[in-house]
Amino acid sequence: MNAPALAIIGIGIHPFGRTEGVSGRAQAVHAVRAALADAGLGFGDMQFGFGGSWSAGDPDTLVSELGLTSLPFMNVVNGCATGGSALISADAAIRAGLHDVGLVVGFDKHPRGAFNTDPASHGIGDWYGETGLMLTTQFFGLKIQRYLHVHGIGTDVLAAIAEKAFRNGALNPNAWRRKEISAEEIASAPMISHPLTQYMYCSPGEGAVAFVVCRADRAPDYTDNPVYLSGAALRSRRYGSFEVFSPWLALDAAQSPTVDAAAAAFAQAGLTPADVDVAQVQDTESGAELMHMAETGLCEHGAQEELIASGGTALDGRLPINTDGGCIANGEPIGASGLRQVYETALQLRGEAGDHQVPGGPRVGFTHVYGAPGISACTVLTR
Amino acid sequence: MPRTVDDSLFTETPDGTALLGSRCDDCGAHTFPRQGGCPRCTGTAMADVALAREGTLWSFTVQGFRPKTPYRGPEEFAPYGVGYVELPGQLIVEARLTEHDPDRLEIGMPVRLEMIPFRVDEAGEPVLTFAFAPAGRS
Repeated sequence: MNAPALAIIGIGIHPFGRTEGVSGRAQAVHAVRAALADAGLGFGDMQFGFGGSWSAGDPDTLVSELGLTSLPFMNVVNGCATGGSALISADAAIRAGLHDVGLVVGFDKHPRGAFNTDPASHGIGDWYGETGLMLTTQFFGLKIQRYLHVHGIGTDVLAAIAEKAFRNGALNPNAWRRKEISAEEIASAPMISHPLTQYMYCSPGEGAVAFVVCRADRAPDYTDNPVYLSGAALRSRRYGSFEVFSPWLALDAAQSPTVDAAAAAFAQAGLTPADVDVAQVQDTESGAELMHMAETGLCEHGAQEELIASGGTALDGRLPINTDGGCIANGEPIGASGLRQVYETALQLRGEAGDHQVPGGPRVGFTHVYGAPGISACTVLTR
Repeated sequence: MPRTVDDSLFTETPDGTALLGSRCDDCGAHTFPRQGGCPRCTGTAMADVALAREGTLWSFTVQGFRPKTPYRGPEEFAPYGVGYVELPGQLIVEARLTEHDPDRLEIGMPVRLEMIPFRVDEAGEPVLTFAFAPAGRS
């Protein structure tokens, strides 16, 4: 294992879901104060900040509430990898020797319903949206349909994945969806984009996560339970990968950005997927979790069905995945979602996950986000 | 020809209306719609090319709810099929499908390009877009 540069010494979260009357910025402040309290530090101790939000305001303006201390605070906006990019930026700043201790925060607050996106912002003509092709939900249906066909996997596994998400969410006090739903009910829910039903998708939501981070070698000065960022990588798409909002695809298929980002994160950590004790992977819908289990290297393509059916990805399984309920049970506030995965992994490694704690004292965690316009960010976390 | 959603997407051929794409003179990569730069070799030698009107279904789904704006289809929503169609030697193009029953769609089935009305304009005239229809076993 390679020596990490960054340690997480304080973690904070504002519950995910819908919190009427509380702005995204206020949720961010809540998470920051919780992270500072966890680290035993004050905002005046922060030497830098990286913050991400897609649609809930400029993160750097949080200083007006947290304190006008003149610290350098940078906004990070990078689609679904916004949170991961903020954390990677902090890691780079610490590796560069710029700072010793600082803040990473991600938050968001989205309206109900699927995201509606302007084709022009993706360089696509109006016809694409007008004729009803510009939908993320549709893309996921098309992608999993092809994946199931190529790897000979049945559709039953899609309901099983969502059932696990709601089961884990019911045990997580910070989750949005806290009620178990049976695989039968999930499979028979209204079809959104065949073969994916309503309960297999996550929804845009709200939430905030913050971390106090520091130079790894200074972590013992602050806490006796640091979590180390051993690997972190962001990658964009290659020619031939199958991404959202693609009017056409190349005939020569390429691997997904997830494959590149996961491999880079593991290489940086000096670890392999076989070392992972607990994993959080992007589950925008059930099929995404299925595909990402293999694209990240956690299992072979086609091996997911057996692993899931045997309970292998459950809390007490041999490879627990999305132990906090994932996006399906937590929703997807874009700026906060990737950091939620890191928060959950930190809880697991610290042994503080309560009712959704993975047994056996996990030592290596992995997180993965994937999204528009074809980007992925992964982390390897250790204790 | 009646009004289309975007005339720049189409070209007339002896076999009928075809999708108009680009082909890179340097590396042979295709795109749809047309674009000036090659996404594979990064060159700029892109030439117009009529895409094949027949191919095979590469993946499919069915749109189950009425999309928000910028969708401009009828207020009264009916599910529609969406697929990716492999055009041999060219590319895989995304398109609406004339069939929306998943039990009648199968990856690998032959499909053929058609122009279909997807909305009615202010004058009551149909506006056409492209779609692929099952071509039967041949």
